[in-house]
Amino acid sequence: MIPAIALVLGVVLGLVLNPTVPTGLQPYLPIAVVAALDALFGAVRAQLDGIFDDRVFVVSFVSNVLVAALVVFLGDQLGVGGQLSTGVVVVLGIRIFTNAAAIRRHLFHA
Amino acid sequence: MTGYGPSSPPRRPSVWRALVRLRARRVDLLVAALLAVLGFGLAVQVRSTQDEGLLASARQEDLVQILDELDNRSDRLREEIASLNRTQEELSSGSGDASTALREARRRTQLLGVVAGTVPATGPGIVATLRDPEGGLSASLLLDAMMELRNAGAEAMQVEGSTDTGTRAVRVVALTSFVDTEQGVVVDGTELRAPYRFVVIGDTSTLAGALAIPGGVQDTVEQAGGSVEVSRSSALKVTALHVPERPRYARPD
Repeated sequence: MIPAIALVLGVVLGLVLNPTVPTGLQPYLPIAVVAALDALFGAVRAQLDGIFDDRVFVVSFVSNVLVAALVVFLGDQLGVGGQLSTGVVVVLGIRIFTNAAAIRRHLFHA
Repeated sequence: MTGYGPSSPPRRPSVWRALVRLRARRVDLLVAALLAVLGFGLAVQVRSTQDEGLLASARQEDLVQILDELDNRSDRLREEIASLNRTQEELSSGSGDASTALREARRRTQLLGVVAGTVPATGPGIVATLRDPEGGLSASLLLDAMMELRNAGAEAMQVEGSTDTGTRAVRVVALTSFVDTEQGVVVDGTELRAPYRFVVIGDTSTLAGALAIPGGVQDTVEQAGGSVEVSRSSALKVTALHVPERPRYARPD
């Protein structure tokens, strides 16, 4: 319950404060958000599977975001930033779909 | 990356209780903080994407291309502005400064008219009368006289001579021609007979001196049996006008 409230709180804060994204962070924020969403979906699935672990979630969340940002940064340095961020989004999207399907089976038994 | 494997034990706990379960541990706070950060980032990203459209999320190469297109377009627009400004200036100088432009044009017309022989002129100068009792003055002699006066700085000149209907005057301009005939000389289509009077506006002493140089006009005329009489005046009038014809070949550039 607390995590859900925190999530909503964060969304409201972001909408209310409406800060400007620093130019240097602009390419990384969307990728980081997608990576964090992947971690979130994985956590929900693990919770439903009964194998959720706080520490694993925290580590996976942080490392997900960092690795995604690092990959995009590396891509930018190599001149293939656009393609690599597309690749990261595709991979994370597939994982999110897989986790979402597992969650769906848990919730609706279908 | 999450560390959660795809396989899971086929256990089915109370779903809602598992989700809602409250545990007040430090790690829980950390999880909550991370999720708050996620929500925050999500909202900010959505908001900035909506605010700034495609540009904020566009990559460097795309931005460069967009910038190039914008540069090209602004170049084209700048050229258009320049040409429109020119047109505006032309139009405004054609209407707003019309009176000034007209005055200037009139002034230049007057000045050029003196040279072209289309307006009367007045000023100091000399009147040279060439008498020819023996009929020995030829057109080439009158031409010499004209050239001599011109070289001496004549600014406006007319040639007078007698005709059947009285004295006629012809303005001397760049195109003026002298042609011999039985009785006299045809100047620009007008047949004149002696005595010829050159009415010339310019520096009086220079003009008078030009005719009097040894071997010059005066000597030649006297050799031909005629005489030259020069009178200086501080206020002469050159009233004969030249009617300009439309040039057949030359066009204003």
